[in-house]
Amino acid sequence: MTVGYARRYAPLVTMPPSAAPALADVTASDAALRRFLHGLPGVDAVGLDARAAALGTRSIKTTAKAYAIDLAISMIDLTTLEGADTAGKVRSLCAKGRNPDPSDRTAPSPAAVCVYPDMVPVAREALAGSGVLVASVATAFPAGRAPLEVKLADVRAAVAAGADEIDMVIDRGAFLSGRYLKVFEEIAAVRENCARVSGGAARLKVIFENGELATYDNVRRASWLAMLAGADFIKTSTGKVAVNATPSNTLVMLEAVRDFRDATGHQVGVKPAGGIRTTKDAVKYLVMVNETLGDDWLSPHWFRFGASGLLNDLLMQRQKLSSGRYSGPDYVTVD
Amino acid sequence: MSTDRLNVLKTYKLYVGGKFPRSESGRVYEVTDSKGNWLANAPRSSRKDARDAVVAARKAFGGWSGATAYNRGQVLYRVAEMLEGRRDQFTAEVAAAEGLSRAKAAAQVDAAVDRWVWYAGWSDKVAQVVGGANPVAGPYFNLSTPEPTGVVAVIAPAGSSLLGLVSVVAPVIVTGNTAVVVADESAPLPALSLAEVLATSDVPGGVVNVLSGSAAELGAPLAAHQDVNAVDLAGTAGDTGLATELEVAAADNLKRVLRPAPTADWSAAPGTGRMLAFLETKTVWHPTGGLGAAGSSY
Repeated sequence: MTVGYARRYAPLVTMPPSAAPALADVTASDAALRRFLHGLPGVDAVGLDARAAALGTRSIKTTAKAYAIDLAISMIDLTTLEGADTAGKVRSLCAKGRNPDPSDRTAPSPAAVCVYPDMVPVAREALAGSGVLVASVATAFPAGRAPLEVKLADVRAAVAAGADEIDMVIDRGAFLSGRYLKVFEEIAAVRENCARVSGGAARLKVIFENGELATYDNVRRASWLAMLAGADFIKTSTGKVAVNATPSNTLVMLEAVRDFRDATGHQVGVKPAGGIRTTKDAVKYLVMVNETLGDDWLSPHWFRFGASGLLNDLLMQRQKLSSGRYSGPDYVTVD
Repeated sequence: MSTDRLNVLKTYKLYVGGKFPRSESGRVYEVTDSKGNWLANAPRSSRKDARDAVVAARKAFGGWSGATAYNRGQVLYRVAEMLEGRRDQFTAEVAAAEGLSRAKAAAQVDAAVDRWVWYAGWSDKVAQVVGGANPVAGPYFNLSTPEPTGVVAVIAPAGSSLLGLVSVVAPVIVTGNTAVVVADESAPLPALSLAEVLATSDVPGGVVNVLSGSAAELGAPLAAHQDVNAVDLAGTAGDTGLATELEVAAADNLKRVLRPAPTADWSAAPGTGRMLAFLETKTVWHPTGGLGAAGSSY
């Protein structure tokens, strides 16, 4: 099971492993791309669910738990994506990002604060000098149903306002109707628009909305598609639909980034988002990352949690470990 | 009746958040009657069960404390009706647990049902008795109303497995608190059966959570828990050391503590003390309408 399917598969399509340009062949035309994506081995759904469930049964205690809690906190993209967001709400979330537990200054900061593009300047100002990054959703999040020019303008605006990371949504309609090259080109275009005037580029996270992709096979295809198009991160979901990140669909993506690195030498991050609310859940994901990808991905640069409520639960568990008493919601900030 | 029928033994379980889980620890212990004969296995709860119960109680607090007093009263009357319907079962369990004759056990059950009805009646009356309008030197209405304190951990008394239990649980929940109850370790079966009554009588899940196990083991994490607002230490009456230890732990977040009475007679008229111990007084000031010397008004 640890043998990457891409490694097995690579010789069959005359791709020399560990050579990224060789994969350029598969995106030469819509037909070639479809052939490649549909040629990816199918996912054994029952086996996948069983594997994900089995990895969720590990018991993580004491010092390992303390390490996992701090690591998970440092991996959070603290998120507020509501129509009712105000500058004040974003500023209070940023204050929490700077200093998650006012009663314990040793608590690490989350990786980033994730907001809508128009809130980026507010977040940028509130987080100045803190080391916490600003992430912004863009491309007509969450539906993504807007003309390409509008999506690209959305991205440019967010980058110009100072976003360090862009979370884009793919065109699920195009993906599900098999127009893979359209999705590919859109991701590539967004990627170009992530470039900053001052040099460098915002990191690009590509959201699949797994809950709308219907099958694990589609999740695997979308993962490869996004990575081929130059995603820095692949992300499970927007958090706006019924099914968000699950251990199973995240495991498919973890395996895809592992196999992609085996095939091309290029490392891509993973971000499960939505529905991860408890420390127990977060630790399960970390176990899964460690068992599937190893240490290389166990850092905020390569793995993130898209969540907001999760932070409070992690902080309460952290307080329990340091004080020995169970904590409660009165001892963390209200979001 | 055929004699070769096998007995169907009852698996007693905890009651947490409206569900009947086994202990997270997987442990059970033997419950015996007053003569030492085996009755059943009861779950031996762990501190994590206590933690889960507090989470369930906190979750239920908003709805239960926000329900109208009238509604809470009706729900509690319904509990009394269901208790009455299971009179025989409770009589048998109390008789076994306390070594009473059937008639005396039945009297205990009757007293427990009456006690429950008595407390149910208080739901929409307690505010009149301990709340009211305060005279103040200014153009204000000044009104005090009692409000439930929150999640109350109750160490149920030893030696009175149903009447004592009802006498500590009912006063906590009638005013809108939610409860985590640690049943008497040596006689937990009536408490676990009471949970079944609660589950089938419109009491929202999580309002009462029943744990069986050691008071010392469960009392410590409950008394230290930062999300518990008050503890009733009735069950530590015979153990001053434990009572003191729990009081010290409870002081950490300024919990309300109801210390055990040295001798408790559960059959005596209870008075309002146990209800009032778990209430907070909210006072509001409101202008009477006059805006001072000019005599103008809105």
